Amino acid sequence: MTRRSRSATSPPWPVALPAVLALAFLTLPVIGLLVRTPWGHLLDILTSKTSLDALRLSLETSIAATIIAFLVGVPLAWLLARSEFVGRRLARALVTVPLVLPPVVGGIALLLAFGRRGLVGQYLDSCCGITLPFTTPGVVVAETFVAMPFLIITVEGALRGLDSKLEDAAATLGAGRWTIFRRVTLPLIGPSLIAGAVLTFARALGEFGATITFAGNLPGVTQTLPLAVYVGLEGDLDQAVALSLILLLVSIAVLVGLRDRWLRTGSAS
Amino acid sequence: MRRSAAVLAVIAAVSLAACSSSSGGGSSSNSPSPSTSTSSAAAISGSITVFAASSLKGAFTDIGAAFQQAYPGTTVTFNFGPSSGLATQITQGAPADVFASASKKTMETVVAAGDATNTEVFATNTMEIATPASSGASITSLADLGKPGIKVAVCQKDVPCGVAAQTLFDQNKVTVTPSTEEVDVKAVLSKVELGEVDAGIVYVTDVKAAADKVKGVEIPAAQNVETRYPIAPITKSQNSATAQAFVDFVLSRASQTILGNAGFAAP
Amino acid sequence: MTDDSTQGIHATIGIDRGEFTLDMSLTVAPGEVVAVLGPNGAGKSTLLRGLVGLTPIDRGSIRLDDVVVDDPDADVLIEPAKRRIGVVFQEYRLFPHLTVEDNVAFGLRSAGFGKQAAQVASQEWIDRLELAALRARKPGELSGGQAQRVALARALATKPRALLLDEPLSALDIATRQDVRTHLSGHLRQFAGPTVLVTHDPLDALVLADRVVVLEGGRVTQEGTTHEVAQRPSTPYVASVMGLNLLRGKALAGIVQLDDGGELQAPDASTVGPVLVAIRPAAISLHAHRPEGSARNVWQGVVDNIQPVGDRVRVSVSASPSVVVDVTRSAVVELGLVRDTSVWLSTKATELEVYAG
Repeated sequence: MTRRSRSATSPPWPVALPAVLALAFLTLPVIGLLVRTPWGHLLDILTSKTSLDALRLSLETSIAATIIAFLVGVPLAWLLARSEFVGRRLARALVTVPLVLPPVVGGIALLLAFGRRGLVGQYLDSCCGITLPFTTPGVVVAETFVAMPFLIITVEGALRGLDSKLEDAAATLGAGRWTIFRRVTLPLIGPSLIAGAVLTFARALGEFGATITFAGNLPGVTQTLPLAVYVGLEGDLDQAVALSLILLLVSIAVLVGLRDRWLRTGSAS
Repeated sequence: MRRSAAVLAVIAAVSLAACSSSSGGGSSSNSPSPSTSTSSAAAISGSITVFAASSLKGAFTDIGAAFQQAYPGTTVTFNFGPSSGLATQITQGAPADVFASASKKTMETVVAAGDATNTEVFATNTMEIATPASSGASITSLADLGKPGIKVAVCQKDVPCGVAAQTLFDQNKVTVTPSTEEVDVKAVLSKVELGEVDAGIVYVTDVKAAADKVKGVEIPAAQNVETRYPIAPITKSQNSATAQAFVDFVLSRASQTILGNAGFAAP
Repeated sequence: MTDDSTQGIHATIGIDRGEFTLDMSLTVAPGEVVAVLGPNGAGKSTLLRGLVGLTPIDRGSIRLDDVVVDDPDADVLIEPAKRRIGVVFQEYRLFPHLTVEDNVAFGLRSAGFGKQAAQVASQEWIDRLELAALRARKPGELSGGQAQRVALARALATKPRALLLDEPLSALDIATRQDVRTHLSGHLRQFAGPTVLVTHDPLDALVLADRVVVLEGGRVTQEGTTHEVAQRPSTPYVASVMGLNLLRGKALAGIVQLDDGGELQAPDASTVGPVLVAIRPAAISLHAHRPEGSARNVWQGVVDNIQPVGDRVRVSVSASPSVVVDVTRSAVVELGLVRDTSVWLSTKATELEVYAG
């Protein structure tokens, strides 16, 4: 009995060995970070003005980016999943571009579009005096650009997987399109909405390349956690490590929070 | 065009130097000179990695090419970046053979970590205001940078060009609130080129390298800040003979010509 | 039904779906239950979608009471939400995130009732369908029969002008199906509007419907009362599915006393009280003389009608009980069957399906 079950579950060594190597490779850097963490004066570092500013700014901008992504991304996901329009395939491809684009390229692209002399930015500047680079809203723009596709892709997938039969049933019960969307569609894709929002938030929180390129780096205004980590690398390594630890903790929290919902929606659809 | 001409000039100079066995600068007595004996000359081969400040990119690329021509069988690979970032990488064990920094303070952290001992200043640089080629705002002096509505980019405080910019503002009693503190001087220059800022504090050499992409506003010598560039071989180098040869080569008259052409001043 | 009546469903439906076309007429009077019976792919779902408004029709018109809800020529198309047709879907389509109570109240909420008002108004249907004990459950926690009652309550709570049922029993296992069917029958009798029942199960049609419309390949192949259609099937499909003899009676100690006369031996004595007995026409044998052998049920009758269908012949026999019997063409010749021929019938007790009804 014991022997049988063991031989059935234990993998052959050509699988086990690379698997252990892969796991070690992925975990060692995290351990390295933990070992190097200046535990002694961690609290001092984390409560320094630079750290607190970066943390506050990161949370504010990531939450703002997630909300914006939610407000405009969910409708776009719905459109991509549910309606037929010319260029829909192209639109879907364009949505995924920021996912594969190196963020720094995204930052340059944002500058060329929304910069002071950018395609759109020059008119924002001349008509309304709005300049996005080097401002906190600029950080939100960069984060939204990079992170929103996660929400759109997740929600679109959920909408595609959703059985439209329930929406048909709601229609026969007298529900209009908006009521159906609000009372049937949204609740049914709820887990995916949460998963998409959390992914978006996590991606926004970790955003570096597009932010430093588009929004620049100014403590308290545009210097988010990852930027503070990078800058810290050139000055105070302890601070860089301590801030990295915060980002690591947030990542783990996101993963733990997401795992159940993620798997549940995956198996349900 | 101009670069290849410079390289040719250096090759000529190196040939002369090899004959006369003179070294370009006051190199330390205990370092092997590139041409004192045939045995040490034979040891000068293989590849070395040079960590150099971003502002050195243009000049060092040319110097590297000249070095390879002068010592066939050598390969020089560069890692350009913000000096302080490079210093962190070196003290964390990055495989550098030579470190050329844009600040003495940064070099000191490397020396303090035991990664370098003999440092030499090989060039100095001064600051300049870079403005977009088609500038909207009229900037003619440091004082203009303190005016409201003027967007200024500087390097972040931990890198030498950021320190220099701050010193510049302080000693001229100009209050500037920068729009952004970029990670290195090349990033500052990019923001100026793109017109996202009205001005950036960069090195004289950067304005020169950018040619007509930006417009330079010179800072009078009396107001200016001088930055000294030290260089040193890294003690843990696997190819210390070649590393030392490269350091000597940078201090040679030939390299000084290239550095001079790029806008650096001799120490 | 009579054309001068404006009430009920009056539909002439033409729908094209690629290669497949549906063309049929359907009239259902208030209080009448019409079963649309057909094999898979006959167009039953298409018909249902057309009536409900989920698929606009290409030709014809649909009138519900005195309202035209779809008429492409007149450019009229009323959306599903405004047709007030209650639908019990196949698999029920209950909202998995809502409780039983909220499912039943959904239509009323959509009609603009507040949460409280909708709950009060749906209370009647929760009580009538015996759902009070289940009100706080989610659909995932219901049995098939319970889910069916919730679906029915949800549809009826909107006070629909017509009721459509799409394979209402196919999601249930056979054991509960007969019980649920009986209950459903009672509720359909109480509904005052027209009811359309789409099914592939002849037993649904026989038990629940007043009239059968047989749909095959997008066309109506036969129409009439369940009795008429069973007796005179006009296509092999109708013959194979509608031949079922369904007899009502009372069971006691393994014997079923039939309401219309006669008695039959049941396969066992487990069922007691009012029952339905189903016998397939092919399970009954015809004989010129009283048969010897193991068959427990033997009775005598007179041939009423002979209808060839494909390679079989359907013979209806007046007797106690009257039944339809499927025989081969050669048997007709051998027995010399014509109208009014006297015959003996026999069937094994094990061929009988007896269930409470």
